Order: sequence, then C-alpha cells, then structure tokens
Amino acid sequence: MTRMVRVASGQGFWGDSLDAPKQQVEGGPIDYLMLDYLAEVTMSILQKQKERDPQMGYARDFIGAIESVLPGIVDRGVKVIANAGGVNPVACAHALVKAIARAGHGGTVKVGVVTGDDLLPRIDELLAAGHELKHMETGAPLSTVRDRVLSANAYIGSTPIVEALQQGAQIVVTGRSTDTALTMAPLRHEFGWAADAWNQLAAGIVAGHILECGAQSSGGNCLHDWRNIPDLANVGYPIAEVQSDGTFVITKHPGTGGRVSVPSVTEQLVYEMGDPHSYITPDVVADFTSIHVAADGENRVRVHGITGGPATPFLKVSIAYRAGYKAVGSLVYSWPDAMEKAELAERILRERLDRLGLRFDQVLTEFVGANATHGHLSGDGRDAPEVQFRVGVRGEDRASVERFTREIAPLVLNGPPSVTGFAGGRPKVEEVIAYWPALIDKRVVTTQVEVIS
Amino acid sequence: MSDDTVQVRLLDIAHTRSGDKGDMANCGVIALRPEWYEVLVQELTTERVRSHFGALISGPVERFELPNLNALNFLLHGALDGGGTLSLKTDAQGKVVSTAMLRMILTVPKTVAAVRGLPVYSPTL
Repeated sequence: MTRMVRVASGQGFWGDSLDAPKQQVEGGPIDYLMLDYLAEVTMSILQKQKERDPQMGYARDFIGAIESVLPGIVDRGVKVIANAGGVNPVACAHALVKAIARAGHGGTVKVGVVTGDDLLPRIDELLAAGHELKHMETGAPLSTVRDRVLSANAYIGSTPIVEALQQGAQIVVTGRSTDTALTMAPLRHEFGWAADAWNQLAAGIVAGHILECGAQSSGGNCLHDWRNIPDLANVGYPIAEVQSDGTFVITKHPGTGGRVSVPSVTEQLVYEMGDPHSYITPDVVADFTSIHVAADGENRVRVHGITGGPATPFLKVSIAYRAGYKAVGSLVYSWPDAMEKAELAERILRERLDRLGLRFDQVLTEFVGANATHGHLSGDGRDAPEVQFRVGVRGEDRASVERFTREIAPLVLNGPPSVTGFAGGRPKVEEVIAYWPALIDKRVVTTQVEVIS
Repeated sequence: MSDDTVQVRLLDIAHTRSGDKGDMANCGVIALRPEWYEVLVQELTTERVRSHFGALISGPVERFELPNLNALNFLLHGALDGGGTLSLKTDAQGKVVSTAMLRMILTVPKTVAAVRGLPVYSPTL
C-alpha cells in the first residue's frame, strides 16, 4: 500500500499573508506545514537587527504564526518546518518555546533548531584556509569587499531538518536552509528515501519549488486566464500530496479561492529558472525537463516522471555587503502633454544635480505609465492621462544622496506645470546591501541539530 | 512580411512568467496549446528575442527548451541594471519582463499558421 504525505505551504516570503498558516492547518487534512520566510534581502535586514539587539535577527512574524496554529497542530499532529530563524535560529527557537509555554503547551510541543549555516564568524578562517569565496558571476575575490561584509550564510539542505524530525521535533526552525529543503525534509523523514535515491529526491525538490512561493502556484500572480480565476480574496495556498515513489498532486483546500491548474503550476515551475537540466540544490541536481504535469480533477494537478542526479560537492553561500546609499523620488505630471512635462522635469533636475557637483554611481530616470517597464516597446505615451516621473540615485557618498532628496520637491513650484503626487514627502535615503554569491566546499560546513522543549 | 506569411501575436499563443537571478532576468514562455510549442521553438530564436529587447538588456540571451512543459526558458543577461538591491529600476526583480516578452509579433508562414490553427493578427482590421 502506498502511503501519502501532505505538505502544505503557508508562507511564500516574510510579509506574506498572516492568515495563510491557520487556513492551511484548519481548512482540511495536512501532515506538514512549511513556511518560507527568507529572501536574500531578508538575511541582511535580520543581521542589522541582530547587531542592534543580540536576541533579534529572526522573522518575528513566525512566533505569531505559530500562536495562530498551535491549537490546530496539537490537535491534529501537524508538524511545522520554517526557515524563520534567519541569522539567529537559536533565539528564534527560544522565543518560540516561551510562546508555546504561554499557550499552555509547554513540554508537549518539541522544537528542533538547526544551526551551522552562519559563516560570518568563520570568514577569515575560511579565507586563510584557501576558500576564496569568489563571486560566482564575476570571479572577483571576496577580499575586495571583505571589510564591508554584513552577513554570510551557506544554503543548507534537508539533512539536518530530517535529523530534527527523527529526534521528535514537532516544529523545526532553521536559518538559511534552501526554500526547497523545507518540503524535502518531511518527505525524506516519512519515506526514508536513500541519500542517492536521485529521482525521488528530485521530485521532492520540484514539489518544494512549487510550494515555496505560496499562492503563486495556486492562482496568485497567474497570467493565464487571470480574469476568470475565482475568489482571490480567499485564495487557497498550495498543498502537495506526495506518494513514496515521488509522484505527487498539487491541490488546495476545498472552499478556498484561486485555482490549481496545469497553467498555474507551469508558471511557477518556470519562475526564476536557470538551466532547466540542472536545478542545483544541496541534496540533488533535479532535471526540470523531466517533469510531467497533467490535470487530475478540479484544482488538482498530477506531477510525475521527475529525474535527478548526484548533488555537487559545493554549497552556495550568500554574502551580503554594504554598497553605498540610494534614494528614489517621484512626481506625477498630468494631461495634457504629461509625458513632455515629465521629460522637461528630468532635464531640469539633471541640470541642477550637475550644477551641485554631486557624485553618484548612477542616476536612473523612468516614466511610469509611459515606458518604465517596457522601454522602447511601449509606444510614445504621448496621450497618457498622467505620467509618474521617477528618479533614483545611488552612490558611495551619503551626503550626495541626502542632497539629491532635497531636489525633488522644489520642482513642484519651480518646474513644469500640472504636477501632483508629492504627498509622500522627501525620499528616504537607504543603505544599499548588495549580494555576493559564492560556492564553498560542502565538507567545511557542518550543521548542528538541537531539540528543546 | 511577404504574401506567404502572416503575423501572430505572442500574447495570443503563450503565457509567461519571469523572475530574477542576479543581474539576469529569466522568462519562461509557455504555449497556450501543445501544438503551438513547435511554433515557439521555430520563431522565438535567441537572435529574435535579443533584437526584441534591444537596449532594455545589456547582455546576451540564452534559451533552453522544455518540451515536457511546452515551454521555453530564456535567460536575459544584463536585464536588471545590476539586479537585486543595487538596481534603481521599478522592476528591479524582473517580475514583468514577462509582459515585455509578450509584445513580440511573430511572422509565420501561412501554411504553418493554417496547419497549427494559429490566431492571425491583423492590426489594420
């Protein structure tokens, strides 16, 4: 007899729906809830928070999410896997244990925590040992930005999460696990897939890829037939019903909105895709040209035929470093001749910035409503009812960026006419955190698992 | 366009989704019907896609075929003005590069359009 395991997606990024986790736990049967909180930019924000307060550095929304599902997961025996730990998974796990105790479930719900992905304290040791951490695209050595590095985390796979589940954790908190590992780990734990069962492992990765962006596979942000996708206000998040051989069905709870269809799942499959023959993860290299998708009833899509091969000897490392400052401001110009007025505003502003002698690495102007996203493909935008003139600058010198932010508002009274849309006030200066993707020999990254209650 | 060809809007035969990978945008193009996938393979060459995007991207275009999904995946190098947090663009993560792709108008042999049942685009009508 084939057993089936249901993994539900309840969060596609930090900032996603606060209600989705509860909807997934209470809307129908599931076995696991996976919550993906981390993007590259999230890690550096969390690192800044941790610098200010050593007890911070994790996705605090996660504690509220668990509080919202706690009665449900206790009643139903649902397990939760989340990379909410950010750059401080231990503090996250301890905050979680306290919240569980406050809710009266102390001692019954065990929390597993995975560490070892954080390479920031080890960077100099690694460089000294000959791990160059060269930029994956440019080949530049890390030494060029070493003194500006803010965080450095290896993307770790599913193995330590599986260990935490084997040790009896009902909730597993990780730092920079890959998004797909959050789905893969429960499947390896339940089915006991061997470390070289490449086809099954590849299927786990594909299931993870479909779940990791939340409702983006169940009707959200779906271009195909978008007008007819029902009830997005009540969109159901995706669920993978996985068999031990790695075949699975993507579906959602009954009574929810959105749509699970071959087109909705296929759009998610091609999202952020590189070379489809080798989707590289710490666990397996999956071949996306092997995936077959077929309708399997209403809001059900069957996914099968997936193949994969051995993982590489490397892990990807995401390093964040300080890269100057930026600010973006905008004004809205109205018909008639909205575009011409906006273009005149651009010329005036550039002339004033030149005269001030400010130093920027880049000044970018766009005309939103006319051609900001489609450029020359857009037509001339000459009869637009309004055009947003949007201008951004970026540079190493904070004072120059600060001075730029004072140059937008004056245009309201001393530039072209028919201007509005400035209620937001002066643009804010932001520090730019840039990314440095690198590879590292996976043997030097060791993970630890602890189960606390 | 000669008498032997017709125009077909990509918008009428495919749907798309895009995202970012560093300073690259990826764009998946999925045929709306399985029988239109071959048309995408024939017509959406890297050269045509590179020329369509013109100054919107600064690097080359790579193409991968996914006949299993009736889809092509394109990597548009230098599409995001530095990408990620460095980019000042509205679409810094390439989320709607997919819709710029859909503006392509393909010139297809009449015979192919007839055999494949392609929706012919007639802008003047």
